[in-house]
Amino acid sequence: MLSTLRIAAISAAVVAVAATSTTAFAQKKYDTGATDTEIKVGNIMPYSGPASAYGVIGKTEEAYFKMINDQGGINGRKINFVSYDDAYSPPKAVEQVRKLVESDEVLFVFNPLGTPSNTAIQKYLNSKKVPQLFVATGATKWNDPKNFPWTMGWQPSYQSEAQIYAKWLLKEKPDAKVAILYQNDDFGKDYLKGTKDGFGAKASSAIIMEESYEVSEPSIDGHIVKIKAANPDVLLIYTTPKFGAQTIKKTAELGWKPLQIITNVSASVGSVMQPAGFDNAQGVLSAAYAKDGADPQWNDDPGMKKWIAFLDKYMPGADKTDGSIVYGYGAAQTLAKVLEMCGDDLTRANVMKQAASLKDFAPDTLLPGVKINTSPTDFAPIAQLQMQRFKGQKWELFGDIISGDVPSQ
Amino acid sequence: MSAAEEVVTEAPAVEAVPKRAMTLGYGTSLVVLAALVIIPLLVKNFIIFQMTMLLIYALAVLALNILTGGSGQFSLGQSAFYAVGAYTSAILMEHAGMNYALTLPIAGIICFGFGFLFGQPALRLSGVYLALATFALATAMPQLLKLGYFEHWTGGVQGLVVTKPDAPFGLPMSQDMWLYYFTLVVSIGIYIASVNLLRSRSGRAFMAIRDNEIAASAMGVDVALYKTLAFGVSAGITGVAGGLGAIAVQFVAPDGYTIQLAISLFLGMVVGGVGWLPGSIVGSAFIIFVPNIAEGISKGLSGAVFGVLLFLVIFLVPHGARQVAIVAQQLIAKLKKN
Repeated sequence: MLSTLRIAAISAAVVAVAATSTTAFAQKKYDTGATDTEIKVGNIMPYSGPASAYGVIGKTEEAYFKMINDQGGINGRKINFVSYDDAYSPPKAVEQVRKLVESDEVLFVFNPLGTPSNTAIQKYLNSKKVPQLFVATGATKWNDPKNFPWTMGWQPSYQSEAQIYAKWLLKEKPDAKVAILYQNDDFGKDYLKGTKDGFGAKASSAIIMEESYEVSEPSIDGHIVKIKAANPDVLLIYTTPKFGAQTIKKTAELGWKPLQIITNVSASVGSVMQPAGFDNAQGVLSAAYAKDGADPQWNDDPGMKKWIAFLDKYMPGADKTDGSIVYGYGAAQTLAKVLEMCGDDLTRANVMKQAASLKDFAPDTLLPGVKINTSPTDFAPIAQLQMQRFKGQKWELFGDIISGDVPSQ
Repeated sequence: MSAAEEVVTEAPAVEAVPKRAMTLGYGTSLVVLAALVIIPLLVKNFIIFQMTMLLIYALAVLALNILTGGSGQFSLGQSAFYAVGAYTSAILMEHAGMNYALTLPIAGIICFGFGFLFGQPALRLSGVYLALATFALATAMPQLLKLGYFEHWTGGVQGLVVTKPDAPFGLPMSQDMWLYYFTLVVSIGIYIASVNLLRSRSGRAFMAIRDNEIAASAMGVDVALYKTLAFGVSAGITGVAGGLGAIAVQFVAPDGYTIQLAISLFLGMVVGGVGWLPGSIVGSAFIIFVPNIAEGISKGLSGAVFGVLLFLVIFLVPHGARQVAIVAQQLIAKLKKN
């Protein structure tokens, strides 16, 4: 009796699946923003204001989609990339995103930048059921498919990166006396939390000092002097690029040689290590998930060759040391992959479904071995990093690829 | 600063009838009001949202106008009052579960108190020195909001997400439209109150202080009281605007209330015409739409294009929208004669 029921159920399921899949193949399905010839993609970027350096990401993505269009588009459809300036201001972000959704009628919003801006638009986009895809921020809260099924991150979260550092220290330097220098905002505090979580019960004994600075401070030399007085042997540099370079330079000037670990955000050879002085930066540790455009070790890498060919043709004169270009390229390539997987079913629901079924996808610019994986319960596409040590004029990777998935709380 | 100061000191000379020059005639007022009531019925929700923001910033510009145009004091710290109002509304709505409409008067009162108290030490300062003191307030505010001590209420750097209210009594209108009309009613109320304030005894005291402090005190005006009062009223109105802004944007975060906002409001006041209350809405339109226009012209150079447009406005019509309105009025009068 039971077995017959089961057979009946299975056959019914098979019939149902067959029926749905044939209809999916038979007809094209569109939501607002998609047609036979075009996919309209919305984006907001700080092209002006305090974070305008990141505007390069938007320009890279625009150039990448131009390349895709020149190659015939995705499944025969051109990408129409509409990108507005939000000046890194949450009220402006809301205005611009509403313009994208209600006036330009985009299919979804891709790679909007900044934690405050994304927080401001998250509720709106989720209530409108418009995908907020691959947000350009490393905050941990974007991996929350249960409460925000229309929001998905892209890069590894700051907390998971910090956990990797803490775990590495626990293993390699169990008696470390750790000092943390962090930026007094969501960025720095996420790192701080990740580190404490990573140390677990040992956090209070291992961390001997937490020193914060404001992003508006012109120089952080005073903080370094203060930290040195506490005499730690490990310095965690949870800063943005400018301050990262200042920290490495100042510790060298003081003749102080603690073990230094710097955030991935500030690991750029061109904009941090070089200004800090290569001599001063020897032995600094960090973790990476993407290749550095200024690093000669990737000169013969097939992925980076494609990247350089793209830059030469579509962004001539671009600064190859700018990590934002590597970032924008990788994010845009991930989106192109998702749209390819969507086929002719360009509904908002299917875009999210396909984005949540990426399996071992490796964009050209990610480190060998780092792969993008998502599932309906895992909205953190990149969750792997590898430790690296600065030697000579470049980063040398060492150790295994470490996974640091952190569920949003 | 000297250009702006010149505007203030010259202002009485431009106005033929000081009392009436601060407002619009009844006919014009009704036309503007009708437009503000009817347009939302015809446009998309997104435009309605923009119009809501227009009214909100207009309120904030109006508040600054009362302070600078009315009592002749400068402030680059309006963003701080705006932030306090926004956070007051957001915290009361999200943590205390209070009705959004009730949070606005509370935001107004708290900001009034804050502005009044700030006005006490500021009394000793004038002109550019006062502007700098308020500038300090504006730069300090975002960091104060991030302080760990307040984090439990403010949400720290992450900010607070605010729930948007639905239309009450089952009215068949979208959240955006309801919020727009709600904002419109509040704005009209505050506008009328402001006009009456400036026409009242207190308003005359403000203007007397603006024109000549010594003469004003000789006439028996309590200069200290009225100066702080002007600060308080201005801060209170800005606070209400901040509260409305928090509800409309559905989010408050320290990064939304930087010195940038204070400068925008100042800009809006100058473009609208210092001391001319109806100009507030023109100034507000300028700070909302002109950056978008600039971006449309050139994305990479939007800041430069904005600068050029601003320069043109200041160069061609230094007295802002008021000057345009006066010229238009004279033209119409001429046409009528003919």
